[in-house]
Amino acid sequence: MSQQGYVAAPPYSQSQPGIGGFGSPNSSLHYGHYGDPNSSYSAPQPSVSKSAVPFGSSAPVGPPPPGAHQLSQTNFQNGPGTPGQQPHRFQGPPPPGNTGASYPPYSPQSQPAFPNAAPASSTAQLADQLNSMQINNYGPGTTPSPGHPASFQSPRLPPPPTQQQMVLPPGPQVPPPPTSSVNGLCAQQSLPPMARQGGIPGPVPPNPNLQQLPGQPPGPGYHPQQANYGPQMAGSQLSYPGAFPGGPGQLSGPQQKKLDPNSIPSPIQVIESDKAARGGQVYATNTRGQVPPLVTTDCVIQDQGHASPRYIRCTTYCFPLTSDMAKQTRIPLAAVIQPFANVPPNETPLYLVNHGETGPIRCNRCKAYMCPFMQFIEGGRRYQCGFCNCINDVPSFFFQHLDHMGRRIDHYERPELSLGSYEYVATLDYCRDKKPPNPPAYIFMIDVSYRNIKSGLVKLICDELKTLLDKLPREEQEESSAIRVGFVTYNKVLHFFNVKSSLAQPQMMVVTDVSEVFVPLLDGFLVDFEESRSVITNLLDQIPELFADTNESETIFAPVIQAGMEALKAAERAGKLFIFHSSLPTAEAPGKLKNRDDKKLLNTDKEKTLFQPQGNCYEALARDCVANGCCVNLFLFPNQYVDVASVGLVTMYTGGTLYKYNNFQLDGDSPQFLSDLRRDMEKKMGFDATMRVRTSTGFRATEFLGAIYMNNTTDVEMAAVDCDKAVTVEFKHDDKLNEDTGALIQCALLYTTVSGQRRIRIHNIGLNCSAQLADVYRTCETDALINFFAKSAFKAILSQPLKTVRDILVNQTAHMLACYKKNCASPATVSQLILPDTMKVLPVYMNCLLKSCVLVGRAEIPTDERAFHRQLVMAMGVADTQLFFYPRLLPIHSLDLKSDAVPAAVRCSEERLSEGGAFLLANGLSMFLWLGASVSPELIQGLFNVPSFAHISTDATSLPDLDNPFSKKLKHILEQLQSQKPYTMKLIIVKQREQPEMLFRQFLVEDKSIYGGASYVDFLVCIHKEISQLLS
Amino acid sequence: MATYLEFIQQNEERDGVRFSWNVWPSSRLEATRMVVPLACLLTPVKERLDLPPVQYEPVLCSRPTCKAVLNPLCQVDYRTKLWACNFCFQRNQFPPAYAGISEVNQPAELMPQFSTIEYIVQRGPQTPLIFLYVVDTCLEEEDLQALKESLQMSLSLLPASALVGLITFGRMVQVHELSCEGISKSYVFRGTKDLTAKQIQDMLGLSRPAVSMQQGRPLQTPEQPPISSRFLQPVHKIDMNLTDLLGELQRDPWPVTQGKRPLRSTGVALSIAVGLLEGTFPNTGARIMLFTGGPPTQGPGMVVGDELKTPIRSWHDIEKDNARFMKKATKHYETLANRTAANGHCIDIYACALDQTGLLEMKCCANLTGGHMVMGDSFNTSLFKQTFQRVFNKGYNGEFRMAFGANLDVKTSRELKIAGAIGPCVSLNAKGPCVSENELGIGGTSQWKICSLDPSTTLAIYFEVVNQHNAPIPQGSRGAVQFVTQYQHSSTEKRIRVTTIARNWADAQTQLQHIEAAFDQEAAAVLMARLGVYRAESEEGPDVLRWLDRQLIRLCQKFGQYNKDDPNSFRLSESFSLYPQFMFHLRRSPFLQVFNNSPDESSYYRHHFARQDLTQSLIMIQPILYAYSFHGPPEPVLLDSSSILPDRILLMDTFFQIVIYLGETIAQWQKAGYQDMPEYENFKHLLQAPLDDGQEILQTRFPMPRYIHTEHGGSQARFLLSKVNPSQTHNNLYAWGQESGAPILTDDVSLQVFMDHLKKLAVSSAS
Repeated sequence: MSQQGYVAAPPYSQSQPGIGGFGSPNSSLHYGHYGDPNSSYSAPQPSVSKSAVPFGSSAPVGPPPPGAHQLSQTNFQNGPGTPGQQPHRFQGPPPPGNTGASYPPYSPQSQPAFPNAAPASSTAQLADQLNSMQINNYGPGTTPSPGHPASFQSPRLPPPPTQQQMVLPPGPQVPPPPTSSVNGLCAQQSLPPMARQGGIPGPVPPNPNLQQLPGQPPGPGYHPQQANYGPQMAGSQLSYPGAFPGGPGQLSGPQQKKLDPNSIPSPIQVIESDKAARGGQVYATNTRGQVPPLVTTDCVIQDQGHASPRYIRCTTYCFPLTSDMAKQTRIPLAAVIQPFANVPPNETPLYLVNHGETGPIRCNRCKAYMCPFMQFIEGGRRYQCGFCNCINDVPSFFFQHLDHMGRRIDHYERPELSLGSYEYVATLDYCRDKKPPNPPAYIFMIDVSYRNIKSGLVKLICDELKTLLDKLPREEQEESSAIRVGFVTYNKVLHFFNVKSSLAQPQMMVVTDVSEVFVPLLDGFLVDFEESRSVITNLLDQIPELFADTNESETIFAPVIQAGMEALKAAERAGKLFIFHSSLPTAEAPGKLKNRDDKKLLNTDKEKTLFQPQGNCYEALARDCVANGCCVNLFLFPNQYVDVASVGLVTMYTGGTLYKYNNFQLDGDSPQFLSDLRRDMEKKMGFDATMRVRTSTGFRATEFLGAIYMNNTTDVEMAAVDCDKAVTVEFKHDDKLNEDTGALIQCALLYTTVSGQRRIRIHNIGLNCSAQLADVYRTCETDALINFFAKSAFKAILSQPLKTVRDILVNQTAHMLACYKKNCASPATVSQLILPDTMKVLPVYMNCLLKSCVLVGRAEIPTDERAFHRQLVMAMGVADTQLFFYPRLLPIHSLDLKSDAVPAAVRCSEERLSEGGAFLLANGLSMFLWLGASVSPELIQGLFNVPSFAHISTDATSLPDLDNPFSKKLKHILEQLQSQKPYTMKLIIVKQREQPEMLFRQFLVEDKSIYGGASYVDFLVCIHKEISQLLS
Repeated sequence: MATYLEFIQQNEERDGVRFSWNVWPSSRLEATRMVVPLACLLTPVKERLDLPPVQYEPVLCSRPTCKAVLNPLCQVDYRTKLWACNFCFQRNQFPPAYAGISEVNQPAELMPQFSTIEYIVQRGPQTPLIFLYVVDTCLEEEDLQALKESLQMSLSLLPASALVGLITFGRMVQVHELSCEGISKSYVFRGTKDLTAKQIQDMLGLSRPAVSMQQGRPLQTPEQPPISSRFLQPVHKIDMNLTDLLGELQRDPWPVTQGKRPLRSTGVALSIAVGLLEGTFPNTGARIMLFTGGPPTQGPGMVVGDELKTPIRSWHDIEKDNARFMKKATKHYETLANRTAANGHCIDIYACALDQTGLLEMKCCANLTGGHMVMGDSFNTSLFKQTFQRVFNKGYNGEFRMAFGANLDVKTSRELKIAGAIGPCVSLNAKGPCVSENELGIGGTSQWKICSLDPSTTLAIYFEVVNQHNAPIPQGSRGAVQFVTQYQHSSTEKRIRVTTIARNWADAQTQLQHIEAAFDQEAAAVLMARLGVYRAESEEGPDVLRWLDRQLIRLCQKFGQYNKDDPNSFRLSESFSLYPQFMFHLRRSPFLQVFNNSPDESSYYRHHFARQDLTQSLIMIQPILYAYSFHGPPEPVLLDSSSILPDRILLMDTFFQIVIYLGETIAQWQKAGYQDMPEYENFKHLLQAPLDDGQEILQTRFPMPRYIHTEHGGSQARFLLSKVNPSQTHNNLYAWGQESGAPILTDDVSLQVFMDHLKKLAVSSAS
């Protein structure tokens, strides 16, 4: 396992103790500390009422009592005493109807959570410590402006220095009244480190390095390295005073000469500055190792020899030269490959290369495909493979003379010589049984048990299919789709339908032998929709009636997949199953599941079993499906536990997509479901795919993460792969790399097109290599890193306790940053938190990952939801993970109606909300429209066509179509947000201080999570502490 | 006094019974010395135009072990209203309804002419007849089309209330639901997996809850039609539906690659059919009609693999123990047959293919349940079409010539015991005092179940005389046998037919000539043949022939008149004279000879032999040959090569074939076209006469025989040549070139040689 990669860290797959170099007692102590508070968040203990303990005195050891929600608590307690609007926001105990259960935990006793045994018991000491803290970038003592949410007003902080630097004012300026439970709570988390460190350093002098802080105008390309990282904090300052978040007035950016209270690095600022610098420009991939714009930045990409970042994104574009270096940095070397990524219409689609019967030209030794990395020599008669250095003869039909540069004359005429991405037509050697493949088939398998019939879902699906089948994907040049379709319904038994075009009406064939399911018919099951249109329409009309008086409520599941797979196998086609399922399959059949959702397992070593499938039936089934090119798409409509970990497994391994609609209601949820279905059906995809990642000498791909199946260590098998699926590949050194030749990667994907052609899609990318650690850090990409960390952590939870997984994440983050600080930062910054520019937002993103419901076991979070998220993330590309972990929060009360652009996002924190505002939040899965309690009536009228806030119905899942610029603009924004997202986001309207707000607030990821996740600031403190430990 | 011949004939007409011996030897020892066992051929539901059924219950003997039915042989005391059972001598009270009887006012069952009487009884709910079609779809398009048409046609022949069901099979087995509107729905089963009855019923949704509902329903709504399942519906309700469904039947859609047989799941299809009826309609008349166009090639009951290069088993393979699937398949079908029989259903097999279809393995399905077995070359032949149509033939009173679920109970007077029965029946294992320990055929019981029978269905029932030699039976006393057959008439009525017969006892030592004279050689030949064929199913062919020969020799020794060691002195009395000849032809018959027959054919022949009545059985043993010539009216001639003359037309009826053979000269005349010339109209008539006669036979026989029209030298002439006694062969040169008859090129012995040997052995003092 790689020493650099998180995933690779031994604990995940091997039982080596400790993690790489982190085994030192010192650091382990650190994890411990970090971990403890962490687990304290997650300790599920609602409504504890142990309060009353004075902070200082608490400091108990042992199992931390329930995590409390300090932030909320803070507000809560302070509320009455603070001026402004604060009282409005938290008016005391939540009304009984609230999401309640999670509310009570916010009672003021977070203290016991502090695992630290340090004798931080006396108030005096506490005060002392607090005094010593320094936090950078305090606003200059402005009072909260009414327009801003004043969530953290408690201790009024003294005006910070007017510099932009994040230097905290000297201790005495911080008045943390010990009696203020709020601050106390917050502070306590950081107390332990202080206590440990014993002394508290004085105020840290302003650091010149800080000058460029967030506000620095982005330079062209990358910033000069060391100068601009995020906040630097003195270690001692990190003891996180509750006061930190500062008043609302402190929000303004440095350029406005106001000090930003949240001057810790802002993802929004990073995104916006990249947008400003590179948005809308042409990005040509002509240089090896060049760092592409962020995923959030729109630009036109021109393939000039390396694959577009839409297809491949790397964690770093400069690999360390040796494995020792790699171990030292612990930056995972990985590439996120999205081989079928959508390309906007203004970019060139992939060229198709056809070498006729000889097939693609490949290196004799390593079998790499002809690509721009091949060096032509001897006048063009031979070429040297860029991957294995083997010298090959150029086939005579391919021969071309070289020009004076040593480049082939036809360089620009041949995509395989000049482009990073292109496709080859595959010959029969690349086909199953050496026979040209049949066009794929789509099989629709509908659960017709009682509940689905009663809910109207079956009718909805059938009605939709009638029109949807006209939109099956096809090649651009073809008139109709070559895809065959078939229909199955099922409850406890399976019903196949013969829809042969020659029949007057469909025939139904019932297969009741579910223990050993089989396909009852071949001819007439998979048909051409055009030919059998009337029979199919007839069938779809009849299905809802056929089962109208069913009372069968038990369902099967594994036999359904099996049946679909067998049908495809018998027809010798690859294909996709669309399964519409709603309940836990309890009928007597293979794959029968029992409800094993046991909350008692949370935060135990057995928690991982919740993510593992029940029995081995589903794994075997997945293997068979992959072997037969059968992709399983699952639409789940559960209203209780359905064991997503088991039923979703086949979907996951076969490159399918899992959709889940909890408590599906026909009225509210149909648009979301139908839109998902439409999009999924029309998706361009490849079937029966095998992916192979080849690398130049010195390193190799060691780990593959995604919705894939692997039979051996090199071939990535995917029953199907669509535009949204990404495979994250980790690389490892097995030799020293070469700075001159760099690190080359070729990803070849053999697949069958929707029309049944066999093709090979090639993506090539070249990376630099360097002996300088700084080079590595300078070319890192945080979004890709997070994608990698998320996937590897989500994979790791199958085999390790969650706590270990979280610890490793924290640890590795600290290590990466510590290594930077140690090797690349100037020595002057010893006690400060120094972040490399490219990793400025790593802590906040990492914190979001750590807080994701998958990694936080809480009784309030349904197990299925966690398994669902886990599965989704495993298949996500960089853009999707970025949005998923750090949702986009858009203020829409101040829209510029003249511009088409989506407004600039704001940071996901409660303090960015305002009572008079309206905000849109999207994370790729769901969307919230949050309305402040005093949002302007004009806005309400404009959006909802109702006179007042009170009239707004929160049941609606869409906005009315109104003929006013505001409504139109918002609709446009919604469309923009939705475009290119794999899942249709259901719009949830949230009114301030009404019940669904709790749900919404989970997505304010910079805040403390109600489920026990640390706030951004807390986490930064913790990381800093870790780093300090590592470096000390 | 009437001759025995007349007596026998009269008895047969009245009671449907023919005994091998019509005067019975009075002791066990003597009876065994008679060689031919005391036995009878019983046709339980023989058509009796003159027998109106009575509409009441029979009166039974009150002794629980007897329960014989009141009959004309019983002694009745009209004064005390008592009757004595003639089997157990129990004295019984007449039931109250009989209070008015007297010598002049007798109930029918006491009148001598009602030695056979039929009762109609009202018992239990009446269920309509059930016909479950089990159709092979692995057929050639043409065959399937023909079969579909036949099936559609048959719907119009069924009684309107009859329930029909449809199962089709190929690689999969489909049970069609007939009740649904719109989409046609079927339940599909994998053709390779054997399922228990319970599994089948579960999978078809026929299990417990449905059953309890069925039981409850008649109580709540008694006027509603009897229970039916989704798979079995009254013809009148769904005949349109079913006609369409049959019309849409497609050939099995699974591709068959070259060099392979189609995968045919006959075993599972039958199993599902049996399971379906078992679960829904136990113990009511139901026919499972299997139509198959080839051998089962997969799953339980497979007979041959799907590789065409491995041929289906032959007798040679079976002898060499090379038939891999035979035992397993046979076991599968036997299990099914027994289950079917236990439920009172029957299985018909209509197998039409040029090659074998596995009748050998499946035969028990028809044999044990009384079902039909029909073998043809194609469904698109008149042989199949007409045979199938004839299944639904109606009798004299417009009723189907089929009866179901018969329960045959045999009661004997004390001197007799029941040794067994041979026919389309299964034992009901009814042990009793009149059951012999020595079994002949299906023994060890006094009751048998015949799940399906028609008016010609005939059982051979074997008895044993148990009277000891030293306990003589009083002179002039008679032994009696009563046959009680309860069955479901095609009108769905429950009926009971009671036949009571009596025969005189005679002391074989003093009255051998009486016994001899009362020997029914025809019945005896058939009864012995049945025993032989029954043995041939389980024993080696030569053993059976040896056994038959030994029996014949012993019979000749016992009843022939001869001087020791002088073959020329050997004579047999008239009542035995034909018997050796029957045995000669039986030895040559396909029932005992497997040479030149496939295992399927042997099974087919044996099946029919074991159920036809005496006349048909005799035809099977010794085919009938008629000669048509200008020399006189048509006449029966010897089944001998000498009968084949150039100026004759021969008509041979072997039961399975009708052969019309034109002699050499006749054939030349016909070629010359004389029949078309007005002046030779008589020739035209001569040609026509055998055709008409043949047609008549064709019209009445079930299954329809193969019709062969051939001439001297024609390839089909072999059918005739193989049957006639080869009195002239290439071996006996003295006949060679003579005018009379045609030589047969065979090494088989002729009847003359056979008789010579028989005489020699019979008179030999050595044996």
